[in-house]
Amino acid sequence: MIHSLFLINCSGDIFLEKHWKSVVSQSVCDYFFEAQEKAVDVENVPPVISTPHHYLISIYRDKIFFVSVIQTEVPPLFVIEFLHRVADTFQDYFGECSETAIKDNVVIVYELLEEMLDNGFPLATESNILKELIKPPTILRSVVNSITGSSNVGDTLPTGQLSNIPWRRAGVKYTNNEAYFDVIEEIDAIIDKSGSTVFAEIQGVIDSCIKLSGMPDLSLSFMNPRLLDDVSFHPCIRFKRWESERVLSFIPPDGNFRLISYRVSSQNLVAIPVYVKHMISFKENSSSGRFDVTIGPKQNMGKTVEGVVMTVHMPKAVLNMNLTASQGSYTFDPVTKVLTWDVGKITPQKLPNLKGIVNLQSGAPKPEENPSLNIQFKIQQLAISGLKVNRLDMYGEKYKPFKGVKYITKAGKFQSLGSRIVLG
Amino acid sequence: MSTSQAYNEEKGGSSSLGEPEYGHDPASGGIFSSDYKRHDDLKEMLDSNKDSLKLEAMKRIVAMIARGKNASDLFPAVVKNVACKNIEVKKLVYVYLVRYAEEQQDLALLSISTFQRGLKDPNQLIRASALRVLSSIRVPIIVPIMMLAIKEAASDMSPYVRKTAAHAIPKLYSLDSDQKDQLIEVIEKLLADKTTLVAGSVVMAFEEVCPERIDLIHKNYRKLCNLLIDVEEWGQVVIINMLTRYARTQFLSPNQNESLLEENAEKAFYGSDEEDAKDDKTEAASLVKRKPYVMDPDHRLLLRNTKPLLQSRNAAVVMAVAQLYFHLAPKAEVGVIAKALVRLLRSHSEVQYVVLQNVATMSIKRRGMFEPYLKSFYIRSTDPTQIKILKLEVLTNLANETNISTILREFQTYIRSMDKDFVAATIQAIGRCATNIGKVRDTCLNGLVQLLSNRDELVVAESVVVIKKLLQMQPSQHSEIIKHMAKLTDNIQVPMARASILWLIGEYCEHVPKIAPDVLRKMAKSFTNEEDIVKLQVINLAAKLYLTNSKQSKLLTQYVLNLAKYDQNYDIRDRARFIRQLIVPTEKSGALNKYAKKLFLAQKPAPILESSFKDRDHFQLGSLSHLLNAKAVGYQELPDWPDEAPDPSVRNVEVPEWTKCTSREKRKEKVEKPFYSDSEGESGPTESADSEPESVSESESESSSGTESGSGSGSEEEEEESGDQSEEEKKKKKKKKKEKELPRKASLESMGSNTGASSDPNRDQRHGDFCFICPGILPLPSLYPHLISSVPQVISPVFSSVKTYELLHRMTGEGLSVEYYFSRQPFAPDPHMVAVQIQFSNNTDSEVKNVRISEPKLLSGMRVQEFKEIESLAPGETTSVVMGIDFCDSTQAANFQLCTHTRQFYGAIQPPVGELMAPVFMSENEFKKEQGKLTGMSEITEKLTLPETCQSDHTIVQRVTSAANVSRVPCGADNEYRFAAKTVTSGSLVLITLEKKEGALAQLTVNSEKMVIGTMLVKDIIQALTQ
Repeated sequence: MIHSLFLINCSGDIFLEKHWKSVVSQSVCDYFFEAQEKAVDVENVPPVISTPHHYLISIYRDKIFFVSVIQTEVPPLFVIEFLHRVADTFQDYFGECSETAIKDNVVIVYELLEEMLDNGFPLATESNILKELIKPPTILRSVVNSITGSSNVGDTLPTGQLSNIPWRRAGVKYTNNEAYFDVIEEIDAIIDKSGSTVFAEIQGVIDSCIKLSGMPDLSLSFMNPRLLDDVSFHPCIRFKRWESERVLSFIPPDGNFRLISYRVSSQNLVAIPVYVKHMISFKENSSSGRFDVTIGPKQNMGKTVEGVVMTVHMPKAVLNMNLTASQGSYTFDPVTKVLTWDVGKITPQKLPNLKGIVNLQSGAPKPEENPSLNIQFKIQQLAISGLKVNRLDMYGEKYKPFKGVKYITKAGKFQSLGSRIVLG
Repeated sequence: MSTSQAYNEEKGGSSSLGEPEYGHDPASGGIFSSDYKRHDDLKEMLDSNKDSLKLEAMKRIVAMIARGKNASDLFPAVVKNVACKNIEVKKLVYVYLVRYAEEQQDLALLSISTFQRGLKDPNQLIRASALRVLSSIRVPIIVPIMMLAIKEAASDMSPYVRKTAAHAIPKLYSLDSDQKDQLIEVIEKLLADKTTLVAGSVVMAFEEVCPERIDLIHKNYRKLCNLLIDVEEWGQVVIINMLTRYARTQFLSPNQNESLLEENAEKAFYGSDEEDAKDDKTEAASLVKRKPYVMDPDHRLLLRNTKPLLQSRNAAVVMAVAQLYFHLAPKAEVGVIAKALVRLLRSHSEVQYVVLQNVATMSIKRRGMFEPYLKSFYIRSTDPTQIKILKLEVLTNLANETNISTILREFQTYIRSMDKDFVAATIQAIGRCATNIGKVRDTCLNGLVQLLSNRDELVVAESVVVIKKLLQMQPSQHSEIIKHMAKLTDNIQVPMARASILWLIGEYCEHVPKIAPDVLRKMAKSFTNEEDIVKLQVINLAAKLYLTNSKQSKLLTQYVLNLAKYDQNYDIRDRARFIRQLIVPTEKSGALNKYAKKLFLAQKPAPILESSFKDRDHFQLGSLSHLLNAKAVGYQELPDWPDEAPDPSVRNVEVPEWTKCTSREKRKEKVEKPFYSDSEGESGPTESADSEPESVSESESESSSGTESGSGSGSEEEEEESGDQSEEEKKKKKKKKKEKELPRKASLESMGSNTGASSDPNRDQRHGDFCFICPGILPLPSLYPHLISSVPQVISPVFSSVKTYELLHRMTGEGLSVEYYFSRQPFAPDPHMVAVQIQFSNNTDSEVKNVRISEPKLLSGMRVQEFKEIESLAPGETTSVVMGIDFCDSTQAANFQLCTHTRQFYGAIQPPVGELMAPVFMSENEFKKEQGKLTGMSEITEKLTLPETCQSDHTIVQRVTSAANVSRVPCGADNEYRFAAKTVTSGSLVLITLEKKEGALAQLTVNSEKMVIGTMLVKDIIQALTQ
C-alpha cells in the first residue's frame, strides 16, 4: 500500500525518507513541489496528487509535509489517517512533532516507522504497543544506556499485540493510581450581523489521563447521556454496553488518550456565551473610518468568560488602525491586515470595548468586503451542553483510584459574520 | 535513486576535505556526512566486539539512510552483524539489509541462513521478525526459501507469526508472480483462520494477489462479518472494501423495485423483514419463489455488523462503512451514514477534503440524506480554498425549492469574501442553482447582473460567463441585460468574459440590432491585441452580423477576416478562411453557402450546468480512483448487481463437532439459541422493522462457524476480559447482562405504542430531565432504534412478558389515561425498590399540568420514590416516567393519589409476585448448594401436566421468565430447568426447579425462605405453563 514516505520541511528540504518496498527516487517529490508552488498557500496543496507512475498522498502537520508514495489503488483516507497517526506518535514520543525533534531522534523515528508498517500495510499503530517495542527517549534512559549498553528496543512481543485489548500494555504499575477525565466542549458558531445565530453546534471530546495499575475495568456513566447525539469511540469502549445502557465501559489504555468525541444533538439550542456589538463605517470621500467593537457575556451560566481573543481580517485597503482598548491589548499587522485584540477576562460591570479610527490608503476606494470577527474564549468548569459525568466505577482491581473530572468550554470555529460596513 | 546516489557520492567526495573534524562528534557526523574515510571508521566500529560501538555505528548508518544518502559500500561490514546478540543492533542491521539487499544480492545471501535459523526459534517474536526480514529482502534467488518459510509460518502456533506470513504473501508475489497458485493455497488456508489478528492481513494479501478469486470468500464470509468489529482498524477498512465487492456479486440489489410504485416497493421492503425472521433455509427457498425482493440474510448480516463501525475514531473505517452502505444498503437505510460523515468534517483538513469529495458524489444521488445537515456545510472564512469549493459543490447539490432561499442568502455573503477563487466558484454555483431550480432563475439573474457593476474584475468576468449560460435559456426577455453587457466590453479585460459577451451579442444580434454592429466596430479596432479565444468570437460575431445585417457590417466583416488571415495562430487563420468561404458568396462557393444562416443561427440548446461529480459513483466511493475520477492502477471495478442471485448455500459452513461444547460459554449459547430465533419470530410484528433481521443471522452465525460469532464475540470478549476478575465480579456482570435485556424490551414497547413520538424533541427533553434522578433507568433513547436492534444477546422471552396494567382509564381520568408496567430494571437510586414504568397519555384537547403523586397510603414498611412532577403534557402527547416502590416483598398494593392541576384520582399499583424479585446469576453447583439449605418448610413442590403447546424448551423457559423476573441457571440434565432470583427488598433467594417427567408430566419445585412468595409463585408459574 504505502510505498515510501518523505518528510519535507517548509523550505522544501527532504529531511527524511523511508521505503517499505523497493526504493523510489526523491525526484518523485518534484511533482509535489510543483503542486505546492501552484497552491500558493500550504493549506491548499491538494492532499492527493497523481503523477505518471505514482500517486502522492500528503498531509501537512506542524510545518512538515508528510508525503507518501502510493503505486496502486488504496482508499486515500486510509493513508491520510495513517500519516496523522504517525505524526501523533512522533508527538507522543518526542513531545513535539518538529523537524528538529525528528532529526535529533532519527534512529528512533526509523525504528518506529519500521514497526508501524510492514510492506506498506499498518502493523502496530497503538502507542502502548509501540512503547513496549521501542522505549521513548528520556534523558535518564539515554544516560543509563550509554553506561550499561542496554538498548531502547524491547525483546519480547508486546502482550497487547496478541490479546484482544491491544491498546493496553501488561504489567502497568503506579504508586498513585489516578484517573482524570477532561470534558472539553467547543462551540462552533456563525453569527450574522444582526446577532442571530446562523449555525451553532457543540462538539465535545473527553480526553483521559489514566494511570492505573494492573487491568482496571472502568465504567463511566453520565447524568444525561441522551445529550450525546453522535459519538465516536476509542476502540477500547464496549459498544454494546453503550448501546444498551448508555454507559462507557472499557479497559483503558495506559496514559493519555481520547476516550470519545461527540456532537451534541442539534435539536438542543446552543447557548452562545458571548455577544459582540460592532460597527465599522467608512465615509464616502475620506480615507478614514470608524471602528467600534464591544464584547459582552451572554448565557454564560454564571461562569467567567476568559481568554477572550478577537481576530479580524481587515480589508486590503486598510493602512493602519488607531484604536483604544478599554481592556487588554491589540495589535494590527499592516502586512497581513489582521487585527488581534487580546481581551482576557470579561467582567460584566465594565464591558471590554475597542474603538478608534481606521486609516485607509489614500485614493483607495472604500472597502466593500465585510470582515468577519473570529472570537476565541474559554470557560472553566463548565460544559456548555450541560453534560455531566455521574460516576466512575472500577472493577477488576482492589485499590481505590483517585478520580477527577474537569470541564472546559472553548470557542471552536466561532465567527461573527459580516460586520456591517456602513456606507455614506 | 541513481541520480541522487551519484549526487550524494559526489557531495560526499567533496566534503571529505572540508570537514574532517566532524569525525569526533558522532551525533552530527552520522547525519551530515558520507565520507569514504569515515566509512572506514564505521567499518572498524562494526568489526569491533563491543556492542556499544556497533550500535553507535549502526545508528549513524541508519541516519545516513534516513537522509537518503548512499551507504551501500558498507554492506559486507554490516551483514556480518546480522547474528549479533544485541537486539537493537540486530534490528538496525535488518533495516539496512532490507534497504540494500536488492542492490547487493550476492552478499545478501550470506544472511539468509541466520534467518532460516530464526524461523525455528522458540520465541514467536524472533520467528516473526525473521520471516518479516526474509520476505522483505527482494532477492529472486531465495523465492523457494521464502515460499517454504511462508507455508510453514501459515500453520504456526502463534497467530502473530501467521499474521506475518499473511504480510509476506504480497511481498513474495510482487517478487515472483509465478508463485501465484501456491500463494493462493496459503491464502485459502489463512482465510480460514479464526483469529482477529490474522483476518485483516490475509484479506489484504487476498486483495493484492487474487482479488478475482471471490469463491475463496464464500466459506469465510460469515466469519469475517462476525469478526469484523474486533479486527484492528486498518484490517477493518480492507475487509469492508473487499466485502462490498463480494456483496455486489452475490446478492440482489435491494433497490431493484425502485422503479415500481412507491407502495409496492414499501411492501416488498417490509416483506423482506418478515422473511428475515424465519429460518435461513426457508429464506433461501422462498427467495426463488417470491417475486418481491427479499434480502439475503447474509446481506443483512453484513449491513448490521458494519453499522457500529460508523462510530469508529478512524476516519478511514467510517468512510469504508459509508461507502458500503451507499453501494449495498436499501435506499431507506442509507441515511444513517450522513451523520457519521458530517462528523468527519471536524477532522484534519485532508480528511475533510476526501470526505467532501465523497459527500459531493453521494449528495447528487441521495440528496435527502444530507439535507438535515445543510448547515454543517456552511463555509467559514478560515477554511482553505479547496475545502470551500468542495463545500460549495455540496451546498449546490443540496439546493432544492424549499431551501434555495437560505442557500442563496448564504451565497450572498460568500460573494463578499476576499478569496477570489472562491467568489468565482460561488458565482458559478449560483448559476447552477438558477438552471436547476426554475423558481429562482430570475432572482439569481438579477443578482448576477448587479454583480456586473462590482469593482472586482474577476467577479464581473465570472458573472458574465454565468449570465451568458443563463440567458441562453430565455434570451428574448433579457435584451436589456445583453445591452448592459455590451457596454462592459469597454472595460472588462478578462478574455473568457469578453468572449462570452461577444458570443451573446452575436447569437442574439436580432434583439440588439443597433448595438451589435457598434460592438463589432470596436472589436475590429482592437482585434490584433485580443487573446485567441476573443479573436475567434470576434470572427464569429462578424459572420453572424454579416448574415443578418450585411448592409451595416459587410465592410467590417471583410476587415476582420483580412486581419485574421494574417494572424499568428493557425486556428484563427483557418477559421477566417473557412468562414469567408461559407458566408461570402463567390462563384466557387458551393451549396453550403445557401445554408450559412441556418448553420450559424440555428437554435442552440441551452447548456446544462452539471456538477463535476455527476456519475462519479461508478467508481467505488472512498477509493483513490473516485477521488481522481480516473481508474488508478490496481483498481477493482465495482461489479453491477447480478440479475439472479447466485446460490446462497455456498456460504453455509458445517459446524465441526468439537467446537460445540468446548466451554461453558458455548454450551450456554447452544441452550439459548432455540429461543432466540423462535421468539423473535413470534414477536416479529410488534418490533420495528429495523430490529427484526437480527434473529436470522443470530441463529445463523451460531450454526455457521461456531466460533467467535456475532453474539459470541461480544459476550466472549466480555467473558475473557473479566477472566481475571473475582468470581463475585463475574456474577455481578452476568447479572447486569441479564438485566440489560429487560429495558430494551421496554423501550421498544413504548416506542411501538406511540409511534412518531420519538421524533418529538419535547419528549426527549423530558426524558432528559428525568434521568437526572436515575440515569440507569431511562428507556433507551428513541433516537437510536437501529442501535438497539444490533445487540445480539437479547433474551427475548421477556418480550411477551411485559404486561401493561391500567392505572387510570381514559374515561375515569377524563381524558388522561395512565398505564404502568414493570420494566424489570434495577431502580438505581434505591436497589430495594421495584422500578415501575408509568406512561401518561393525554387524550384531551387541553394541556394537563402538574401531574404528580401525593399522599401515598402505604402499609408499614412500604416506601415510594415518586417521579419528578410532570410540568405539562400537551394534548395528544405521551410521556413516561419511572417510579420506585418498595413493596416489602409482599403483593399488597401501593395506594396513592394521582394529581393533576385540576383533579385528583385514586390509583393503586399491585405487583404480581413474579415482579418482586430480580434475577441472579449462579452456577449449577452454587444452585445445588443453596437449594440444599432451603429444604423442608421452605420447599414447595407441585405436580402439573404440561399442555401440548408448552413442551419445547424455549416455550417453557419463556413462560417461566415471563411469569417471574428470574434468570436461568445452567443445568446438566436435559429434562430439568432451573431458575434463580432474589427478592428485591430482603434479598432472599428464590430457586425454581422444573423437572420434566415421562409424558407431559412435570414437577415444579420452588425453594425460598419467603414461604408466601414461594406458594404464590408456584401458583403463578403453573398458571403460566398450563394456560
